[in-house]
Amino acid sequence: MKPAPFNYRAPDKLTEALDLLATYGSDAKVLAGGQSLVPAMNFRLNRFALLIDINRIRELEYIRIDGQVLRIGALTRHRDIEMSPLVREHAPLVAEAVRHVAHLPIRTRGTIGGSLSHADPAAESPAIVLALDGTLVLQSRTGARSVRATEFFQGMFSTALQPNELLVEIQLPVAQPGQRFAFEEVSRRRGDFAIVGVGAMVNLQHGRISQARFAACGVGTGPVRLRAAEQLLEQQVPTAALFARAAAAAAAAVDPQTDIHADAEYRRRLLAGLVERVGMRAAGLSEGAKRD
Amino acid sequence: MTELHKIRVEVNGALVERTVEPRRLLSDFLREDLGLTGTHVGCEQGICGACTILLNGRAARSCLIFAVQVDGAKVMTIEGLSNSGAVRHLQDLFSKHRALQCGYCTPGMIVVAYDLLQHLPSPTAQEIRDGMSAALCRCTGYVGIIEAVTEAARERVAAVDCATPVHMTSD
Ligand SMILES: Cc1cc2nc3c(=O)[nH]c(=O)nc-3n(C[C@H](O)[C@H](O)[C@H](O)COP(=O)(O)OP(=O)(O)OC[C@H]3O[C@@H](n4cnc5c(N)ncnc54)[C@H](O)[C@@H]3O)c2cc1C
Ligand code: FES
Ligand code: FES
Repeated sequence: MKPAPFNYRAPDKLTEALDLLATYGSDAKVLAGGQSLVPAMNFRLNRFALLIDINRIRELEYIRIDGQVLRIGALTRHRDIEMSPLVREHAPLVAEAVRHVAHLPIRTRGTIGGSLSHADPAAESPAIVLALDGTLVLQSRTGARSVRATEFFQGMFSTALQPNELLVEIQLPVAQPGQRFAFEEVSRRRGDFAIVGVGAMVNLQHGRISQARFAACGVGTGPVRLRAAEQLLEQQVPTAALFARAAAAAAAAVDPQTDIHADAEYRRRLLAGLVERVGMRAAGLSEGAKRD
Repeated sequence: MTELHKIRVEVNGALVERTVEPRRLLSDFLREDLGLTGTHVGCEQGICGACTILLNGRAARSCLIFAVQVDGAKVMTIEGLSNSGAVRHLQDLFSKHRALQCGYCTPGMIVVAYDLLQHLPSPTAQEIRDGMSAALCRCTGYVGIIEAVTEAARERVAAVDCATPVHMTSD
């Protein structure tokens, strides 16, 4: 099938895009990399009067360090994040996870902002931004607001974004000494959406876990923070037995969906296996059976 | 009534100017407006890779881009890559290794392989498998495709190794 007709604007200034959004609201749709939106349009799953193409707004495409914050412009492509030395150094979890996002021709177009705004429960980036406790900057013609990842994701394909708002920036705390990271997922083939994926940050201070952050994709209606596992791990000395208990706690606390890719029970088992694996690897207890 | 847009695009090195409806997919623009039917269309959802082209030198799905978006850009299709000889050797290797049967996936496979070798001049076996998973083939079972790309990569490495000293002495 082909998309329903629409009018098209490709502003090259952020303010112009925000003006268009203010005027058209929910009659308009924002086009970033198009790697999720255009398939939906081709299947006529949506219809709107105006498509606002933000690909010419170069001021939304950047990666920079600002004190203790890594700032990523919403229009930054997955591929550019993958290749960025700044991301590798200051947000190694992002660098590791983004390599699992789709295939190269998709990663060169798809953007981090599009991925977060789309909020596919199987997507890697929302889970990573949640695990890192990132902040998203949403802007409309009347101003900008900062929303924490925990409040941004609101369920299946749904976020805190209002129809007149654009996601403009993703802010991530830079990695601190002692923090270790790991991401792993299970998918049918490299580049496919994860069936389940888990990202972890473990902060080791004097042989104890001072802080643990775990988040998963594929086990809920959106990205899921695994707080039960985190609570079990914090202040403890990392051991294989401890991570096995944390994995069981994480699996017991989630409510995965059954769909054509996997049933709920299988997802729960994958989650337990992945929590254990990334936890052990982040804590330096295993070299990590890296799939590949 | 939707507004029409005038676009100027460099396709395979030649400047073309057309008027398009915003909903015109780049894949349909290439095939139907320009007659470049080497770009195949399988799924229109980004999965099969048959429609892969180079946009400003990087592989992209032409079924997920609107023609109106490529105003001012450079598009290279399988026709351009073939005619310039850039993928001649890959094509020969596909033939040698029986990497095609019906041929429907082949234009996309060649563009994906070309792009992969541009990004990774000496890929590992796993990188070749991962990279080539960006396109689907319903006939061959992939073995010949992987062999063809592996041989192309190996020859490239050999060619670069031999060329290096010559290049260095001429500097
Ligand atoms: C074959 C295939 C495989 C894929 N595999 C994976 C995978 O394994 N993992 C994964 O995570 N993703 C995968 N994707 C999706 C890909 O990562 C997309 O790039 C991403 O989900 C959406 O980003 P985009 O820039 O393409 O957004 P678009 O498709 O342009 O937009 C997506 C949605 O977000 C909105 N939007 C976009 N940008 C903004 C903004 N700045 N502010 C407000 N709203 C905005 C749009 O209006 C739209 O509703 C795959 C896609 C394909 C086609
Ligand atoms: S037709 Fe474009 S990826 Fe299948
Ligand atoms: S040769 Fe038939 S689909 Fe690949």
